[in-house]
Amino acid sequence: MIEFNFAVVLAQWPMLMRGLGLTMVLTAASAVLGAMLGTACAWARLHGGMVLKRVVGLYVELVRNTPFIIQLFFIFFGLPSIGVRLSVELACVLAMVLNLGAYACEIVRAGLQATPRGQLEAAMSLALTPWQIFSRVVLPPALARIWPALVSQIIIVMLGSAVCGQISAEELSQAANLISSRTFRSFESYIVVTLAYLVLAVALRQLLNWFGPRFIFVSR
Amino acid sequence: MKFNAFSNLAALMASAVLMFAVPAHAADDSLTAVMAKKSIALGVASDFPPYGYMGPDFKLTGVDVATAQLIADKLGVKAEFVPVSTPNRIPYLQTKKIDLIVSALGKNAEREKVIDFTVAYAPFFQAVFGPKALNIKSFGDLAGKTIAVTRGTIQDDVLQQVAPPTLKIMRFEDDATTVAAFISQQTQLLATGAAVAAAAVQKNPQVQAEYKLLLKDSPNFIGVRKGESALLSKVNDILRVAKADGTLEQYSQKFLGRGTGVLPD
Repeated sequence: MIEFNFAVVLAQWPMLMRGLGLTMVLTAASAVLGAMLGTACAWARLHGGMVLKRVVGLYVELVRNTPFIIQLFFIFFGLPSIGVRLSVELACVLAMVLNLGAYACEIVRAGLQATPRGQLEAAMSLALTPWQIFSRVVLPPALARIWPALVSQIIIVMLGSAVCGQISAEELSQAANLISSRTFRSFESYIVVTLAYLVLAVALRQLLNWFGPRFIFVSR
Repeated sequence: MKFNAFSNLAALMASAVLMFAVPAHAADDSLTAVMAKKSIALGVASDFPPYGYMGPDFKLTGVDVATAQLIADKLGVKAEFVPVSTPNRIPYLQTKKIDLIVSALGKNAEREKVIDFTVAYAPFFQAVFGPKALNIKSFGDLAGKTIAVTRGTIQDDVLQQVAPPTLKIMRFEDDATTVAAFISQQTQLLATGAAVAAAAVQKNPQVQAEYKLLLKDSPNFIGVRKGESALLSKVNDILRVAKADGTLEQYSQKFLGRGTGVLPD
Protein backbone atom coordinates (compact mmCIF):
# COMPACT_ATOMS: atom_id res chain seq x y z
CA MET A 1 0.00 0.00 0.00
CA ILE A 2 1.07 3.54 -0.62
CA GLU A 3 1.89 5.19 2.68
CA PHE A 4 0.18 8.49 3.25
CA ASN A 5 2.00 11.09 5.24
CA PHE A 6 -0.11 14.18 5.71
CA ALA A 7 1.99 15.33 8.67
CA VAL A 8 4.86 16.60 6.51
CA VAL A 9 2.43 18.50 4.30
CA LEU A 10 0.41 19.98 7.16
CA ALA A 11 3.66 20.94 8.91
CA GLN A 12 3.99 23.57 6.17
CA TRP A 13 0.73 25.20 7.26
CA PRO A 14 2.09 28.76 7.38
CA MET A 15 2.79 28.52 3.64
CA LEU A 16 -0.66 27.05 3.00
CA MET A 17 -2.29 29.81 5.04
CA ARG A 18 -0.39 32.52 3.17
CA GLY A 19 -1.43 30.90 -0.11
CA LEU A 20 -5.04 30.72 1.04
CA GLY A 21 -4.86 34.37 2.09
CA LEU A 22 -3.54 35.54 -1.27
CA THR A 23 -6.15 33.50 -3.16
CA MET A 24 -8.86 35.14 -1.04
CA VAL A 25 -7.46 38.66 -1.55
CA LEU A 26 -7.13 38.14 -5.31
CA THR A 27 -10.68 36.78 -5.47
CA ALA A 28 -12.19 39.56 -3.35
CA ALA A 29 -10.51 42.34 -5.33
CA SER A 30 -11.34 40.88 -8.71
CA ALA A 31 -14.94 39.97 -7.76
CA VAL A 32 -15.77 43.54 -6.67
CA LEU A 33 -13.96 45.31 -9.51
CA GLY A 34 -14.90 42.70 -12.12
CA ALA A 35 -18.63 42.83 -11.28
CA MET A 36 -18.55 46.62 -11.46
CA LEU A 37 -16.70 46.55 -14.77
CA GLY A 38 -19.14 43.96 -16.08
CA THR A 39 -22.15 46.07 -15.11
CA ALA A 40 -20.65 49.17 -16.72
CA CYS A 41 -19.89 47.22 -19.90
CA ALA A 42 -23.41 45.77 -19.96
CA TRP A 43 -24.83 49.30 -19.75
CA ALA A 44 -22.45 50.42 -22.51
CA ARG A 45 -23.43 47.55 -24.81
CA LEU A 46 -27.12 48.45 -24.45
CA HIS A 47 -27.16 52.23 -24.11
CA GLY A 48 -23.72 53.46 -25.21
CA GLY A 49 -22.92 55.23 -28.47
CA MET A 50 -21.91 53.33 -31.58
CA VAL A 51 -18.15 53.58 -30.91
CA LEU A 52 -18.46 52.60 -27.25
CA LYS A 53 -20.63 49.61 -28.18
CA ARG A 54 -18.01 48.45 -30.69
CA VAL A 55 -15.09 48.89 -28.28
CA VAL A 56 -16.82 47.04 -25.45
CA GLY A 57 -17.98 44.33 -27.86
CA LEU A 58 -14.39 43.85 -29.05
CA TYR A 59 -13.11 43.60 -25.47
CA VAL A 60 -15.78 41.06 -24.50
CA GLU A 61 -15.11 38.87 -27.54
CA LEU A 62 -11.34 39.13 -27.11
CA VAL A 63 -11.45 37.99 -23.49
CA ARG A 64 -14.13 35.35 -23.88
CA ASN A 65 -12.39 33.72 -26.83
CA THR A 66 -8.85 33.46 -25.47
CA PRO A 67 -7.48 31.34 -22.60
CA PHE A 68 -7.06 32.99 -19.20
CA ILE A 69 -3.44 31.89 -18.86
CA ILE A 70 -2.55 33.57 -22.16
CA GLN A 71 -4.20 36.80 -20.96
CA LEU A 72 -2.19 36.55 -17.75
CA PHE A 73 1.10 35.92 -19.63
CA PHE A 74 0.30 38.78 -21.99
CA ILE A 75 -0.09 41.18 -19.07
CA PHE A 76 2.91 39.92 -17.12
CA PHE A 77 5.43 39.10 -19.85
CA GLY A 78 4.08 41.14 -22.75
CA LEU A 79 3.31 44.57 -21.31
CA PRO A 80 6.89 45.19 -20.03
CA SER A 81 8.00 45.44 -23.66
CA ILE A 82 5.94 48.65 -23.94
CA GLY A 83 7.19 49.85 -20.58
CA VAL A 84 4.28 48.78 -18.35
CA ARG A 85 5.76 46.67 -15.59
CA LEU A 86 3.21 45.47 -13.04
CA SER A 87 3.94 43.61 -9.84
CA VAL A 88 2.90 39.95 -9.75
CA GLU A 89 -0.15 40.58 -7.56
CA LEU A 90 -1.30 43.57 -9.62
CA ALA A 91 -0.90 41.60 -12.85
CA CYS A 92 -3.01 38.79 -11.37
CA VAL A 93 -5.77 41.14 -10.21
CA LEU A 94 -5.81 42.96 -13.54
CA ALA A 95 -6.06 39.70 -15.49
CA MET A 96 -8.83 38.40 -13.23
CA VAL A 97 -10.78 41.68 -13.32
CA LEU A 98 -10.58 41.85 -17.12
CA ASN A 99 -11.62 38.21 -17.37
CA LEU A 100 -14.54 38.44 -14.95
CA GLY A 101 -15.59 41.81 -16.42
CA ALA A 102 -16.12 40.31 -19.87
CA TYR A 103 -18.15 37.34 -18.66
CA ALA A 104 -20.10 39.43 -16.13
CA CYS A 105 -20.91 41.90 -18.93
CA GLU A 106 -22.81 39.26 -20.87
CA ILE A 107 -24.48 37.85 -17.75
CA VAL A 108 -25.67 41.27 -16.57
CA ARG A 109 -26.74 42.25 -20.09
CA ALA A 110 -28.99 39.18 -20.23
CA GLY A 111 -30.60 40.32 -16.97
CA LEU A 112 -31.06 43.89 -18.20
CA GLN A 113 -32.62 42.77 -21.46
CA ALA A 114 -35.15 40.62 -19.62
CA THR A 115 -36.76 43.72 -18.09
CA PRO A 116 -40.49 43.72 -18.99
CA ARG A 117 -41.45 46.51 -21.42
CA GLY A 118 -44.31 47.62 -19.15
CA GLN A 119 -41.93 48.33 -16.29
CA LEU A 120 -39.91 50.72 -18.48
CA GLU A 121 -43.05 52.44 -19.71
CA ALA A 122 -44.29 52.84 -16.14
CA ALA A 123 -40.96 54.38 -15.12
CA MET A 124 -41.00 56.76 -18.08
CA SER A 125 -44.58 57.81 -17.34
CA LEU A 126 -43.37 58.84 -13.88
CA ALA A 127 -40.90 61.20 -15.61
CA LEU A 128 -37.82 59.47 -14.11
CA THR A 129 -34.51 60.39 -15.74
CA PRO A 130 -32.73 57.69 -17.81
CA TRP A 131 -30.15 57.27 -15.02
CA GLN A 132 -32.90 56.89 -12.39
CA ILE A 133 -34.64 54.32 -14.58
CA PHE A 134 -31.42 52.35 -15.01
CA SER A 135 -30.22 52.45 -11.42
CA ARG A 136 -33.59 52.17 -9.59
CA VAL A 137 -35.94 50.32 -11.92
CA VAL A 138 -33.89 48.15 -14.28
CA LEU A 139 -30.68 47.18 -12.50
CA PRO A 140 -31.85 45.79 -9.11
CA PRO A 141 -34.31 43.21 -10.49
CA ALA A 142 -31.85 42.41 -13.30
CA LEU A 143 -29.14 41.62 -10.74
CA ALA A 144 -31.60 39.57 -8.71
CA ARG A 145 -32.38 37.51 -11.84
CA ILE A 146 -28.79 36.80 -12.80
CA TRP A 147 -27.26 36.63 -9.30
CA PRO A 148 -26.80 32.81 -9.28
CA ALA A 149 -25.04 32.95 -12.66
CA LEU A 150 -22.81 35.81 -11.54
CA VAL A 151 -21.92 34.01 -8.32
CA SER A 152 -20.94 30.92 -10.34
CA GLN A 153 -18.78 33.04 -12.61
CA ILE A 154 -17.00 34.60 -9.60
CA ILE A 155 -16.30 31.10 -8.29
CA ILE A 156 -14.94 30.05 -11.69
CA VAL A 157 -12.59 33.04 -11.59
CA MET A 158 -11.56 32.14 -8.02
CA LEU A 159 -10.71 28.59 -9.11
CA GLY A 160 -9.01 30.00 -12.22
CA SER A 161 -6.68 32.00 -9.98
CA ALA A 162 -4.81 28.70 -9.53
CA VAL A 163 -2.87 29.50 -12.70
CA CYS A 164 -1.54 32.73 -11.16
CA GLY A 165 1.13 30.51 -9.60
CA GLN A 166 2.57 30.27 -13.11
CA ILE A 167 3.80 33.85 -12.84
CA SER A 168 5.14 33.17 -9.32
CA ALA A 169 2.20 34.53 -7.30
CA GLU A 170 2.32 32.58 -4.06
CA GLU A 171 -1.35 31.67 -3.99
CA LEU A 172 -2.90 28.41 -2.81
CA SER A 173 -1.96 26.14 -5.71
CA GLN A 174 1.57 27.56 -5.88
CA ALA A 175 1.86 26.78 -2.15
CA ALA A 176 0.76 23.20 -2.85
CA ASN A 177 3.24 22.94 -5.74
CA LEU A 178 6.05 24.25 -3.56
CA ILE A 179 5.22 21.88 -0.73
CA SER A 180 5.03 18.93 -3.09
CA SER A 181 8.39 19.74 -4.67
CA ARG A 182 10.00 20.14 -1.24
CA THR A 183 8.50 17.10 0.44
CA PHE A 184 7.92 14.90 -2.64
CA ARG A 185 4.47 14.25 -1.18
CA SER A 186 2.52 15.38 -4.22
CA PHE A 187 -0.60 13.29 -3.69
CA GLU A 188 -1.03 14.49 -0.10
CA SER A 189 -0.33 18.12 -1.07
CA TYR A 190 -2.95 18.05 -3.79
CA ILE A 191 -5.54 16.33 -1.57
CA VAL A 192 -5.09 19.07 1.03
CA VAL A 193 -5.28 21.85 -1.54
CA THR A 194 -8.29 20.28 -3.30
CA LEU A 195 -10.18 20.26 -0.02
CA ALA A 196 -9.12 23.86 0.63
CA TYR A 197 -10.49 24.99 -2.75
CA LEU A 198 -13.68 23.00 -2.18
CA VAL A 199 -14.29 24.60 1.20
CA LEU A 200 -13.42 28.02 -0.18
CA ALA A 201 -15.82 27.67 -3.12
CA VAL A 202 -18.72 26.40 -0.97
CA ALA A 203 -18.14 29.17 1.58
CA LEU A 204 -17.91 31.85 -1.10
CA ARG A 205 -21.15 30.70 -2.70
CA GLN A 206 -22.95 30.76 0.67
CA LEU A 207 -21.53 34.18 1.45
CA LEU A 208 -22.57 35.72 -1.86
CA ASN A 209 -26.01 34.10 -1.78
CA TRP A 210 -26.48 35.65 1.65
CA PHE A 211 -24.91 38.99 0.74
CA GLY A 212 -26.59 39.65 -2.60
CA PRO A 213 -30.27 39.88 -1.62
CA ARG A 214 -29.44 41.97 1.47
CA PHE A 215 -26.99 44.52 0.10
CA ILE A 216 -26.73 44.43 -3.70
CA PHE A 217 -30.40 44.23 -4.61
CA VAL A 218 -33.36 44.04 -2.28
CA SER A 219 -35.51 41.07 -3.15
CA ARG A 220 -39.11 41.17 -2.09
CA MET B 1 -28.24 16.86 2.21
CA LYS B 2 -25.02 18.49 3.29
CA PHE B 3 -23.95 15.45 5.24
CA ASN B 4 -24.81 13.26 2.33
CA ALA B 5 -22.61 15.29 0.00
CA PHE B 6 -19.72 15.09 2.39
CA SER B 7 -20.03 11.39 3.06
CA ASN B 8 -20.16 10.80 -0.68
CA LEU B 9 -17.00 12.83 -0.98
CA ALA B 10 -15.35 10.82 1.75
CA ALA B 11 -16.27 7.62 -0.07
CA LEU B 12 -14.85 9.03 -3.28
CA MET B 13 -11.61 9.93 -1.53
CA ALA B 14 -11.41 6.48 0.00
CA SER B 15 -11.88 4.77 -3.34
CA ALA B 16 -9.32 7.09 -4.90
CA VAL B 17 -6.89 6.03 -2.21
CA LEU B 18 -7.55 2.37 -2.99
CA MET B 19 -7.16 2.97 -6.71
CA PHE B 20 -3.79 4.56 -6.24
CA ALA B 21 -2.64 1.89 -3.84
CA VAL B 22 0.65 0.60 -5.20
CA PRO B 23 3.45 -1.20 -3.40
CA ALA B 24 5.55 1.39 -1.56
CA HIS B 25 8.78 -0.38 -2.39
CA ALA B 26 8.69 -1.15 -6.06
CA ALA B 27 9.66 -4.68 -6.96
CA ASP B 28 12.99 -4.81 -8.77
CA ASP B 29 11.36 -5.69 -12.10
CA SER B 30 11.63 -2.62 -14.36
CA LEU B 31 14.51 -4.05 -16.40
CA THR B 32 12.57 -7.25 -17.05
CA ALA B 33 9.47 -5.26 -17.97
CA VAL B 34 11.45 -3.00 -20.32
CA MET B 35 13.09 -5.96 -22.07
CA ALA B 36 9.72 -7.75 -22.36
CA LYS B 37 7.88 -4.85 -24.02
CA LYS B 38 11.02 -3.88 -25.98
CA SER B 39 10.67 -0.19 -25.19
CA ILE B 40 11.78 2.13 -22.42
CA ALA B 41 9.98 5.30 -21.31
CA LEU B 42 12.53 8.10 -20.90
CA GLY B 43 11.57 11.37 -19.24
CA VAL B 44 13.38 14.19 -21.07
CA ALA B 45 12.94 17.95 -21.10
CA SER B 46 11.59 19.43 -24.33
CA ASP B 47 12.19 23.12 -23.52
CA PHE B 48 15.62 23.11 -21.97
CA PRO B 49 18.35 23.78 -24.54
CA PRO B 50 21.01 22.55 -24.88
CA TYR B 51 20.08 19.57 -22.67
CA GLY B 52 16.71 18.51 -24.01
CA TYR B 53 14.83 20.57 -26.58
CA MET B 54 12.89 20.54 -29.80
CA GLY B 55 15.27 21.02 -32.72
CA PRO B 56 14.40 23.02 -35.86
CA ASP B 57 13.25 19.75 -37.43
CA PHE B 58 10.74 19.21 -34.56
CA LYS B 59 12.74 16.29 -33.24
CA LEU B 60 13.94 16.16 -29.64
CA THR B 61 17.65 16.69 -29.34
CA GLY B 62 20.34 17.73 -26.84
CA VAL B 63 22.83 16.07 -24.49
CA ASP B 64 20.07 14.39 -22.47
CA VAL B 65 18.22 13.10 -25.50
CA ALA B 66 21.42 11.75 -27.08
CA THR B 67 22.36 10.01 -23.82
CA ALA B 68 18.84 8.61 -23.40
CA GLN B 69 18.90 7.31 -26.98
CA LEU B 70 22.28 5.71 -26.33
CA ILE B 71 20.88 3.83 -23.33
CA ALA B 72 17.89 2.56 -25.32
CA ASP B 73 20.19 1.50 -28.18
CA LYS B 74 22.56 -0.35 -25.87
CA LEU B 75 19.63 -2.10 -24.16
CA GLY B 76 18.39 -2.98 -27.65
CA VAL B 77 14.93 -1.52 -27.05
CA LYS B 78 12.90 1.33 -28.53
CA ALA B 79 13.29 4.75 -26.92
CA GLU B 80 9.95 6.25 -25.97
CA PHE B 81 10.53 9.91 -25.08
CA VAL B 82 8.14 11.47 -22.58
CA PRO B 83 8.49 15.26 -22.18
CA VAL B 84 8.72 16.15 -18.48
CA SER B 85 9.00 19.45 -16.64
CA THR B 86 11.35 20.13 -13.77
CA PRO B 87 8.67 19.94 -11.08
CA ASN B 88 6.81 16.90 -12.44
CA ARG B 89 9.66 14.59 -13.42
CA ILE B 90 10.13 12.90 -10.02
CA PRO B 91 6.37 12.28 -9.55
CA TYR B 92 6.32 10.85 -13.12
CA LEU B 93 9.09 8.43 -12.18
CA GLN B 94 7.44 7.47 -8.89
CA THR B 95 4.10 6.78 -10.56
CA LYS B 96 5.77 4.67 -13.31
CA LYS B 97 4.86 7.02 -16.17
CA ILE B 98 8.56 6.83 -17.06
CA ASP B 99 11.37 4.35 -16.34
CA LEU B 100 14.29 6.82 -16.23
CA ILE B 101 14.70 10.57 -15.76
CA VAL B 102 17.25 11.93 -18.25
CA SER B 103 16.55 15.64 -17.89
CA ALA B 104 19.46 17.60 -16.44
CA LEU B 105 18.75 16.05 -13.04
CA GLY B 106 21.12 17.05 -10.24
CA LYS B 107 21.67 15.02 -7.09
CA ASN B 108 20.87 16.22 -3.57
CA ALA B 109 20.06 14.64 -0.22
CA GLU B 110 16.28 15.21 -0.44
CA ARG B 111 16.05 13.60 -3.86
CA GLU B 112 18.24 10.67 -2.78
CA LYS B 113 15.60 9.82 -0.19
CA VAL B 114 12.99 9.21 -2.89
CA ILE B 115 14.85 8.03 -6.00
CA ASP B 116 18.17 6.39 -6.93
CA PHE B 117 20.86 7.91 -9.12
CA THR B 118 23.22 6.45 -11.72
CA VAL B 119 26.74 7.80 -12.29
CA ALA B 120 26.97 11.32 -13.76
CA TYR B 121 26.84 11.74 -17.55
CA ALA B 122 27.14 15.49 -18.24
CA PRO B 123 28.36 18.67 -16.54
CA PHE B 124 26.00 21.37 -15.27
CA PHE B 125 26.87 24.66 -13.65
CA GLN B 126 24.18 26.65 -11.89
CA ALA B 127 24.76 30.33 -11.50
CA VAL B 128 23.21 33.74 -10.95
CA PHE B 129 23.01 36.03 -13.99
CA GLY B 130 22.13 39.70 -14.14
CA PRO B 131 22.58 42.90 -16.11
CA LYS B 132 26.08 44.38 -16.38
CA ALA B 133 24.88 47.56 -14.65
CA LEU B 134 24.06 45.66 -11.47
CA ASN B 135 27.01 45.23 -9.10
CA ILE B 136 26.86 41.73 -7.59
CA LYS B 137 30.08 40.38 -6.10
CA SER B 138 28.85 38.17 -3.28
CA PHE B 139 25.65 36.57 -2.02
CA GLY B 140 25.30 39.52 0.37
CA ASP B 141 24.84 41.82 -2.64
CA LEU B 142 21.64 39.95 -3.50
CA ALA B 143 19.83 41.68 -0.61
CA GLY B 144 16.70 43.52 -1.72
CA LYS B 145 16.89 42.22 -5.31
CA THR B 146 14.41 40.05 -7.19
CA ILE B 147 15.44 36.79 -8.84
CA ALA B 148 13.67 34.34 -11.15
CA VAL B 149 14.16 30.63 -10.51
CA THR B 150 12.40 27.43 -11.51
CA ARG B 151 10.43 25.91 -8.65
CA GLY B 152 11.83 22.77 -7.03
CA THR B 153 15.25 22.96 -8.68
CA ILE B 154 18.65 22.67 -7.00
CA GLN B 155 19.23 26.39 -7.59
CA ASP B 156 15.94 27.14 -5.75
CA ASP B 157 17.28 25.09 -2.83
CA VAL B 158 20.75 26.64 -2.82
CA LEU B 159 19.39 30.19 -3.06
CA GLN B 160 17.19 29.64 -0.06
CA GLN B 161 20.19 28.49 1.95
CA VAL B 162 22.78 31.08 0.93
CA ALA B 163 20.88 34.21 -0.07
CA PRO B 164 19.94 37.01 2.36
CA PRO B 165 16.28 36.85 3.43
CA THR B 166 15.48 40.14 1.69
CA LEU B 167 16.18 38.59 -1.73
CA LYS B 168 12.76 38.13 -3.32
CA ILE B 169 12.75 34.69 -4.93
CA MET B 170 10.10 34.43 -7.66
CA ARG B 171 9.39 30.84 -8.62
CA PHE B 172 8.15 29.77 -12.03
CA GLU B 173 6.96 26.42 -13.34
CA ASP B 174 9.56 25.73 -16.02
CA ASP B 175 12.81 27.16 -17.31
CA ALA B 176 11.25 28.79 -20.36
CA THR B 177 8.96 30.88 -18.11
CA THR B 178 11.77 31.62 -15.67
CA VAL B 179 13.96 32.94 -18.48
CA ALA B 180 10.99 34.90 -19.91
CA ALA B 181 10.48 36.64 -16.55
CA PHE B 182 14.11 37.77 -16.57
CA ILE B 183 14.21 38.77 -20.23
CA SER B 184 11.03 40.86 -19.84
CA GLN B 185 12.76 42.44 -16.82
CA GLN B 186 10.08 41.37 -14.38
CA THR B 187 13.01 40.23 -12.22
CA GLN B 188 16.45 41.78 -11.88
CA LEU B 189 18.34 38.49 -11.74
CA LEU B 190 18.15 34.96 -13.07
CA ALA B 191 19.29 31.71 -11.47
CA THR B 192 19.65 28.81 -13.89
CA GLY B 193 22.09 26.51 -15.65
CA ALA B 194 25.03 28.20 -17.35
CA ALA B 195 24.30 26.69 -20.75
CA VAL B 196 20.63 27.73 -20.58
CA ALA B 197 21.50 31.29 -19.61
CA ALA B 198 24.15 31.50 -22.33
CA ALA B 199 21.57 30.59 -24.98
CA ALA B 200 19.03 33.07 -23.57
CA VAL B 201 21.53 35.93 -23.32
CA GLN B 202 22.78 35.32 -26.83
CA LYS B 203 19.25 35.55 -28.24
CA ASN B 204 18.38 38.66 -26.21
CA PRO B 205 21.42 40.95 -26.34
CA GLN B 206 19.30 43.92 -25.17
CA VAL B 207 19.25 42.69 -21.55
CA GLN B 208 23.07 43.02 -21.31
CA ALA B 209 23.24 40.07 -18.95
CA GLU B 210 26.39 38.49 -17.60
CA TYR B 211 27.53 35.78 -15.21
CA LYS B 212 27.49 36.95 -11.58
CA LEU B 213 27.88 34.17 -9.00
CA LEU B 214 28.37 30.41 -9.01
CA LEU B 215 25.57 28.64 -7.13
CA LYS B 216 26.57 25.06 -7.62
CA ASP B 217 28.63 22.79 -9.80
CA SER B 218 26.09 20.01 -10.04
CA PRO B 219 26.55 17.44 -12.78
CA ASN B 220 23.62 15.57 -14.28
CA PHE B 221 22.63 12.10 -13.19
CA ILE B 222 20.00 9.72 -14.46
CA GLY B 223 17.16 9.10 -12.02
CA VAL B 224 15.96 5.55 -11.39
CA ARG B 225 13.00 4.45 -9.26
CA LYS B 226 14.01 3.52 -5.72
CA GLY B 227 14.95 -0.13 -5.43
CA GLU B 228 15.31 -0.85 -9.17
CA SER B 229 18.87 -2.12 -8.78
CA ALA B 230 18.94 -4.32 -11.91
CA LEU B 231 18.05 -1.39 -14.17
CA LEU B 232 20.37 0.91 -12.21
CA SER B 233 23.44 -1.29 -12.62
CA LYS B 234 22.67 -1.92 -16.30
CA VAL B 235 22.47 1.84 -17.00
CA ASN B 236 25.63 2.42 -14.95
CA ASP B 237 27.49 -0.15 -17.09
CA ILE B 238 26.36 1.60 -20.28
CA LEU B 239 27.38 5.05 -18.97
CA ARG B 240 30.80 3.84 -17.77
CA VAL B 241 31.56 2.32 -21.17
CA ALA B 242 30.38 5.54 -22.89
CA LYS B 243 32.60 7.58 -20.61
CA ALA B 244 35.61 5.39 -21.28
CA ASP B 245 35.22 5.32 -25.06
CA GLY B 246 34.67 9.09 -25.33
CA THR B 247 30.98 9.06 -26.35
CA LEU B 248 29.92 11.30 -23.43
CA GLU B 249 32.81 13.67 -24.13
CA GLN B 250 31.69 13.86 -27.74
CA TYR B 251 28.06 14.69 -26.76
CA SER B 252 29.27 17.37 -24.37
CA GLN B 253 31.49 18.95 -27.03
CA LYS B 254 28.70 18.83 -29.59
CA PHE B 255 25.91 20.36 -27.49
CA LEU B 256 27.60 22.30 -24.69
CA GLY B 257 30.67 23.46 -26.58
CA ARG B 258 33.06 22.17 -23.93
CA GLY B 259 34.27 18.90 -22.45
CA THR B 260 32.62 16.99 -19.63
CA GLY B 261 35.45 17.73 -17.19
CA VAL B 262 35.71 15.31 -14.29
CA LEU B 263 32.37 13.60 -13.70
CA PRO B 264 31.73 11.93 -10.34
CA ASP B 265 31.29 8.18 -10.59
